[in-house]
Amino acid sequence: MDILISYLSYSFVRYALIVGVLISLCSALLGVTLVLKRFSFIGDGLSHVAFGAMAIAAVLNLSNNMIVVLPVTVLSAILLLRTGQNAKIKGDAAIAMISVGALAFGYLIMNIFSTSSNLTGDVCSTLFGSMSILTLTPNEVLICAILSVIVIIVFILFYNKIFAVTFDENFAKATGTRADLYNLLIAVIIAVIIVLAMNLVGSLLISALVIFPALSAMRIFRNFKQVTIFSAVLSVVSSLAGMLISILTGTPVGSTIVAVDVVVFGVCWLIGLIKGGN
Amino acid sequence: MAQLIVEDLALGYESQAIIEGLNFTVNKGDYLCIVGENGSGKTTLMKTLLNLRSPISGKITTGDDIKRNEIGYLPQQTVVQKDFPASVREIVMSGFQGQCGMRPFYNKKEKKIAEENMERMGIADLAKRCYRDLSGGQQQRVLLARALCATRKILLLDEPVSGLDPKVTTEMYNLISELNSEGITIIMISHDIAAAVRYSSHILHIGDKVFFGTRDEYVASDIGKVFLMQQGGEN
Repeated sequence: MDILISYLSYSFVRYALIVGVLISLCSALLGVTLVLKRFSFIGDGLSHVAFGAMAIAAVLNLSNNMIVVLPVTVLSAILLLRTGQNAKIKGDAAIAMISVGALAFGYLIMNIFSTSSNLTGDVCSTLFGSMSILTLTPNEVLICAILSVIVIIVFILFYNKIFAVTFDENFAKATGTRADLYNLLIAVIIAVIIVLAMNLVGSLLISALVIFPALSAMRIFRNFKQVTIFSAVLSVVSSLAGMLISILTGTPVGSTIVAVDVVVFGVCWLIGLIKGGN
Repeated sequence: MAQLIVEDLALGYESQAIIEGLNFTVNKGDYLCIVGENGSGKTTLMKTLLNLRSPISGKITTGDDIKRNEIGYLPQQTVVQKDFPASVREIVMSGFQGQCGMRPFYNKKEKKIAEENMERMGIADLAKRCYRDLSGGQQQRVLLARALCATRKILLLDEPVSGLDPKVTTEMYNLISELNSEGITIIMISHDIAAAVRYSSHILHIGDKVFFGTRDEYVASDIGKVFLMQQGGEN
């Protein structure tokens, strides 16, 4: 406990905790919708796109890589979610294609043009987010906080519309809801969350942050509001626990958080079994 | 009064027409059944009526103060819905979404109408239950209650009894007839020609030959006789 308190006196630890809580909250909110829309892997795909964009930003020597990463990821998200139903290449295949392609090109570009002496280390930290969360600047924390608050407000304001579009897109469209617009909104929000979350867990583990809390909550609760609220709570608690464990034991932040998420899912699954009675 | 007028409509995929020269009118209080073989374009027609896809040519106009988004819709179940964690009330309420515009939350009046519609469909006691735990018939009632929240005038039903057992099927048909007798116009896609002839007031038969007319005209027509015989033989 004393060790924990002494760690908390460091500003970078406090920043990490703040950013961690905000990101896990946002990702859990949208996670429910994505899982139900059968887009669980979009986190994975988009994070690889973001990885590719980061590689380009690194090669171009941009000081603030957000300028490249955010628009590219948002654009990919829109393409993926919008072409979902009618495209010649179906949703899951399109995601897999973009995901692997961006990953390969990102690594290729980094290899060819790299100026860094520790290439493997760079790649590893972008993929697994090993250290970046502990090296946040106050500015980055501020940007993250503002974007998170926007995401949360938009989600609350459009909650009923997101529900309608997720549950039955055709019905929503037929009765005059602008379903395409809200799909677009969901795509933009998820892209923003993924770019933010790359700091926390790195691009490989983002899917975990998006899908585990939603799946865990769905084991226990049976209406949309409860599932959404509970998955947000679960996500924040697991991320906090994961970060504290990793600070105390020196394990990598990202994978510790995901490990906690997996354990929580196991517990929820058991509770669901007992509660369901079958 | 004509609520829906379809003029010289051609439907199909990528300019390859499945149906051409479709003309029919739906008046207030009608009970129209759309029948035809698989692949004859029933669902395509339904989607076009709902504005989910555009026709190759022709015109659909709504009259009698009905806007295009005031058509209630009972879709076939999708895979997504089978394991969707949502309560009955949440789903019924979502029927109001089209009228909300940019307003983020539902108002008191809408909540009250939703309660009434659940009462009307006999699912008021299920309001807090999870949709995926309900039986097929109960799920259809939930979706019907949602459609009633979206409209008070005209309902489009896409195979409302598919997958239901005979007893529940009869209940469903009675429920639809009841709504119809309360003045709601019904347009129903159906495989079940026997039920179509039994419950509807008008029939639209699409396929190689197109027929539109009242039920009695259909039963007396050549196309109707042939189709009724075929179906009768199968069942």
